[in-house]
Amino acid sequence: MGRRRKYCRVCAGKHYVDFKDSKFLSQYISESGKIIPRRITGACATCQRKITTAIKRARHLALLPYVER
Amino acid sequence: MRRYEVVFVLAPGLTEEEVEQQIEAYSKVAKESGANVLETENWGKQRLAYPINKHNDAYYILMNLEQEDGSAISELERRFRVADSVIRFLSVRIDPELKRAEKMERRKEARLRRRAQTGSEAPAASSEEISSEAEVEATEEKEPAAAGEKE
Repeated sequence: MGRRRKYCRVCAGKHYVDFKDSKFLSQYISESGKIIPRRITGACATCQRKITTAIKRARHLALLPYVER
Repeated sequence: MRRYEVVFVLAPGLTEEEVEQQIEAYSKVAKESGANVLETENWGKQRLAYPINKHNDAYYILMNLEQEDGSAISELERRFRVADSVIRFLSVRIDPELKRAEKMERRKEARLRRRAQTGSEAPAASSEEISSEAEVEATEEKEPAAAGEKE
């Protein structure tokens, strides 16, 4: 019963959080382009921070949107 | 030695040759300011996530540099700012991250080696994970027993 336990998929997969990898980062933004909170993604604090900076960098280069209507 | 990753975005009005020329020019700038250009990568024309200066797509170029100090980066950035064809750029220092990844890798290897060694000598409950799991089980078993006593 209950939801599946959340875990940090970044740590588990030993994934290097790269701002160039927009496909990976797009898992962590909502449909409107917002960064999804840790509460929902289940990423650990360190990884969530890495994801956040990476997303912001990617946004600057127009690899990811700031807003999606 | 510091490692840098520089990405710059060129306006779509340029032809493929002009893009190549620009890459050449910027690599030359980097070399002249004392950096080693480890690799340059042309991602080609990509669609932008949002329009920049009314452009909907642009050329992306990645450059990996290596230098003792960051003087080449400041020179490149200065030129990017002045150039009209460069619509976006980003330079990131990546050597601290690489070092950390390497360290983690080494630690992982060491752990595996240790596990393999202890595994051959004492097969039962040797690794850290197994012992911690056993602990959890033990505490779980105790709790219902304690509840039973209360009743």
